[in-house]
Amino acid sequence: MSFPVQANGSSRAVPTSEASFFWRKLSEHRTALWRLASIGLFFLVWEIAGRIPISFAFPTFLETLRAFVTMTLDGSFVAAYAETLQPLVIGITISAVIGIGLGIVMGLSRFAEWLVAPVFIVLQAAPMAALIPLITFVYGIGLVSKTLAVIMLALPVIVLNGYKAVRNANPSLVAMCYSFQGNLWQRITKIIIPDASPVIFAGLRLGLAAGFIGVILAELLITPTGIGDLITYHRSVANYAEMYAAVVSIILVSTLTLAALEAFELRVLRPEKRKS
Amino acid sequence: MRNITAQAATAAAVPAGSDVAVEVRGICKMYNEVEALRGIDLDFPAGKLTTLLGPSGCGKTTLLKIIAGLIPATSGEVRVNGKAVTGPGPERAFVFQDFALMPWATVMRNVGFGLELKGMGKNERQAIAQKYIAEVGLSGFENKYPHELSGGMRQRVGLARAFAVNADVLLLDEPFSAVDEQNRRKFQEDLLELVEKEKKTFIFVTHSIEEAVYCSDRIVILSRRPGRIAQIIEPEIDRTASPDAIRRDQGYLDTVEEIWQGLKHYVD
Repeated sequence: MSFPVQANGSSRAVPTSEASFFWRKLSEHRTALWRLASIGLFFLVWEIAGRIPISFAFPTFLETLRAFVTMTLDGSFVAAYAETLQPLVIGITISAVIGIGLGIVMGLSRFAEWLVAPVFIVLQAAPMAALIPLITFVYGIGLVSKTLAVIMLALPVIVLNGYKAVRNANPSLVAMCYSFQGNLWQRITKIIIPDASPVIFAGLRLGLAAGFIGVILAELLITPTGIGDLITYHRSVANYAEMYAAVVSIILVSTLTLAALEAFELRVLRPEKRKS
Repeated sequence: MRNITAQAATAAAVPAGSDVAVEVRGICKMYNEVEALRGIDLDFPAGKLTTLLGPSGCGKTTLLKIIAGLIPATSGEVRVNGKAVTGPGPERAFVFQDFALMPWATVMRNVGFGLELKGMGKNERQAIAQKYIAEVGLSGFENKYPHELSGGMRQRVGLARAFAVNADVLLLDEPFSAVDEQNRRKFQEDLLELVEKEKKTFIFVTHSIEEAVYCSDRIVILSRRPGRIAQIIEPEIDRTASPDAIRRDQGYLDTVEEIWQGLKHYVD
């Protein structure tokens, strides 16, 4: 009598435990799932909006996806980004070095703060996009102009974040370093920079995002090259799916770069955040 | 209990038979127009635990930070082992009220940080840090980060860091104020063991009368702003007794009561 019950029980138990394992796995990745769901929902709305259609120049999600895959495979993205990334990488590197350096100096010295901070506060408030055409009068339409466009957009936010981060470094930790006879260099490198690094990196991320805007603006406003050229060209010949695919690719590249920067920060500067 | 305020008034009382580790002479401190400390003359005997006790705003932390060299005095002089203080020095180590641990560093690195600043090699400083981590009872937590520890454990890290630099004088600024009551009691008992073991001079700031009487060889009571020395008391409690026996000891309770009577009129 007991045998069939047991057999029955065990045969039932196997799928339940498998299911619970599945659900456990699922709940482990719950945040990732919600993010995917959010993106999926967005694509769905896009697809519907494209099919209504809200404008003849608005492609559906699937059309854009097809164009995206084609452009990735035929190498037009690779060629475009090879050109676009040049001013971006140069500009962001220069902005990061100058920006973090200036930010730290301004955070440590009141004199430097008074001298430099107002300039960047004004620059941050200024409509930079309107100033980009002016660069071409001075530096022409080459790489220098585009790099400058990136720097103009990226530098102020990096400088101001770096300066605020350093100025607000935990005074107790600074006193601790001083009380254990740390010299000025140790105080800066071992306490102030690690303590300020989350805000400095927030500035870098904002700067990078602004840099992407800068380089695209430069390619649209100065001379169409790289990804800006792809957008301009496909718009002019009414290949709207390709045009949107190019725009999406910028968002994708920019998001991936920002995520990489965040991962780098966690790995190198703030190991305790990775663990928690 | 011995009240040595009378001698203290005439000259900074030097208890017989012990060396003086820290001398404070005529320290005054002004914060802009506010007078925080006025004419402090004090001697801290070597190898003892001296407590600075007083109502809030009496300048006890200010005095400790002046001794540490973290803030300058307006006038007067502090001498540690006969040498005038002009800033922080290797013969003093500070334990902070808010722990001041680097959140991005493990317990091991935090404890060894004083040695790291001196440029000591990694293996050497880790060996020393390991010893003091064990001494404060944190073995097994070497690779934890501060946010993974309780308040009491964080302050143990702060204490181990101060021990690790092997200073003669340890300055503790309300070390237990951010630690919960039960942990605090255990920590006080452990601290007394460490005082016994390490043979260092401890200067301890607290606003808890019980804590002061329980832990100290000497209690310096400061009056309200401007801070001046109101009373110096030596509890003379038999420390060989068990912690629980001490807390029930009549001498202990009387001393707590007397200090409270003396401080009561400063409290609004």
